[in-house]
Amino acid sequence: MAPIIRAERLELYYGTHPALRGITMDLPANQITALIGPSGCGKSTFLRTLDRMNDLVPTVSIRGRVLYRGEDIYAPGRDVTALRKQIGMVFQKANPFPMSIYDNVAYGPRTHGIRDRGRLDAIVEESLRGAAIWDEVRDRLKKSALGLSGGQQQRLCIARALAVEPDVLLMDEATSALDPISAARIEELILELKQRYTIIMVTHNLQQAARVSDRTAFFLLGEVIEYGPTGQLFSMPRDKRTEEYITGRFG
Amino acid sequence: MMRSRFDQQLRELHTEMVRLGGLCETAIAAAAQALLTGSREQAQAAGAAEREIDRLEREIEQLCLELLLRQQPVARDLRDISSALKMLSDLERIGDQAADIAELTRFTGTLPAMGEGHIRQMAQTAIHMVAGSVAAFVQADLDLATAVVEEDDAMDELFCQVREDLLQLIRAGQSAAGQALDLLMVAKYFERIGDHAVNVAEWVRFSITGSRDLG
Repeated sequence: MAPIIRAERLELYYGTHPALRGITMDLPANQITALIGPSGCGKSTFLRTLDRMNDLVPTVSIRGRVLYRGEDIYAPGRDVTALRKQIGMVFQKANPFPMSIYDNVAYGPRTHGIRDRGRLDAIVEESLRGAAIWDEVRDRLKKSALGLSGGQQQRLCIARALAVEPDVLLMDEATSALDPISAARIEELILELKQRYTIIMVTHNLQQAARVSDRTAFFLLGEVIEYGPTGQLFSMPRDKRTEEYITGRFG
Repeated sequence: MMRSRFDQQLRELHTEMVRLGGLCETAIAAAAQALLTGSREQAQAAGAAEREIDRLEREIEQLCLELLLRQQPVARDLRDISSALKMLSDLERIGDQAADIAELTRFTGTLPAMGEGHIRQMAQTAIHMVAGSVAAFVQADLDLATAVVEEDDAMDELFCQVREDLLQLIRAGQSAAGQALDLLMVAKYFERIGDHAVNVAEWVRFSITGSRDLG
């Protein structure tokens, strides 16, 4: 199966500090890929290169290529807004806009020029259903999103990401600020979303990576040490450093 | 050290597995002694060892479940603990079979000289295989595990020889058919103990390599 995203010899520097040291990695479509590793290993930096979020950091320089459906997303003249419509991001801390639930979800489609009320209604409902929160908010769509619980806010943010019909969802520790039950709901949701989306998630929770993902990549000091099927990586890791990290013998 | 408590519990698991293996050896040796000497004390000792094996099996099982629950082990740790859980069943069966042999000694009486040598060898081989398989686990010794698997051929060969011995005795009219049948069952129990030791050795292989297959 052809990868939906391919990183080729990807290097990223913060000033002179190398944060990614030549990552080459294929990310398959409709799979959940987990990126694990200790703090500062480069996993979140790598995730952010996939929708060019690092462009906003002034001292960053990038070498190598990131191919999305065969096209280099760092090619000159590439439309970054269009790219971020295709590759959406959900962050660690739920960040609903200070507006109604409805307007949060409609925000993206409106930005992309959709004005028709009926069409927006349909998108909002479908996205909220997709994020498994519709039943909880259908009667209060006009209420402020800030009144939702943490877990609901995070699912709203997922709905907001889904509303622009992305291809790939990037999740940066999307459940780490949630209580276990809310986190479990998001995990269930991630497994359902896999049917339609490619999901790449950074997590510090190794059990979560083992529970949810199809493939896992272990990052260390800006390199991918080991990348393979999750079952294999967690039961029979090939590299001693992977074994040490996942068994807690690290450092 | 972030995981000193976990490492301590894993060492405890290994120590307890060695204890369990030692009890299995005791049970087999006592059963063999009861068989060869007709000693009632030894037969009772085999039964007592078997009850102790059952008790320790449950204790170790509890320890494994607690480790799975609390540590959510992965990689080598997961293979170690899950292998131990599987080995427990085999070691417990070994204890049962030693007790079964001890039970049969109530009926076998004095052994005919001709059959004794091979049965004695079966008992020694069984003890050697059980000791080897448990040592292989604790020392993570793949070669030792392989040696246990290979030793099973000798055990199977001994079983055939005992069967042949008993047939000859019956033909020569030197052994009552009933006694010969009981001795054949004894031999079968020893042979089964060898099979359980092979299972243990295969789980050792899994805990080291992640695969139960040879090679």
